[in-house]
Amino acid sequence: MTMKATSRRVDGVTILDLSGRITLGEGSVVLRDQIRDLLGKSEKKILLNLGDVTYIDSSGIGELVSAFTTVRNQGGELKLLNLTKKVHDLLQITKLYTVFDVKDDEASAVKAFTR
Amino acid sequence: MTLERVSYTLDSTLDSVNKAEQTAEALAAKMPFEEEDCHRIAMAVREAAVNAVLHGNAYDPKKKMTVSFVNTGDSLVIKISDQGRGLRDEDIPDPLAEENLLKQSGRGIFLIRSFMDEVKIRHLEPGTEITLVKHIGHSGTATEERQ
Repeated sequence: MTMKATSRRVDGVTILDLSGRITLGEGSVVLRDQIRDLLGKSEKKILLNLGDVTYIDSSGIGELVSAFTTVRNQGGELKLLNLTKKVHDLLQITKLYTVFDVKDDEASAVKAFTR
Repeated sequence: MTLERVSYTLDSTLDSVNKAEQTAEALAAKMPFEEEDCHRIAMAVREAAVNAVLHGNAYDPKKKMTVSFVNTGDSLVIKISDQGRGLRDEDIPDPLAEENLLKQSGRGIFLIRSFMDEVKIRHLEPGTEITLVKHIGHSGTATEERQ
């Protein structure tokens, strides 16, 4: 299953609902393109909803890290929402869990962005 | 008991990476591994196959990736080899080091070691062979051997 991404806006925050696999190739490219497009539209408060992401490989982890640093370097914020157990475990193993701001409730995640 | 062995010689493509991963998951599922271990085995194989195809063979259509799976009865032993320039120590940074934490790449071998019980890396002429072993009923991270 390839990755799909749809975006919506809630209180000034862009929520990217991702589903499928974020892996080397198509999935990573989709995520990269989505982040680039959002930044191009000056949408710099980005919440990645990973609730329906079934699988991430090391390339996908790298893409998440790249998205995080790219958004931050442009003065924005990127947070993660609804990690599955597999993704949560991966971020723990790679010590990235403390790097990302991880949320499990959409409403509070939206409120957590700087106003 | 009779060993069950499956092997493939594959092109250096992402389709081959997917085939190796799917084969690993299917074979592991037939063995008495926990579901979580099946997922970890498949992911370790995917990472090793990506290394072979992308970093080793650099998608060169003239270079092949060889993948073999052996069910020894108490373990699943997987060997993945490429015909690339060879894995060098500088290709294996510590992804948990402060200075590497936000790097985009460099986590593949680390994840393989985290998910498998034994990992051996052998230099070929040319290329690299990585052996991954998962024992049934054993959970832990890999012991490492380099040759």
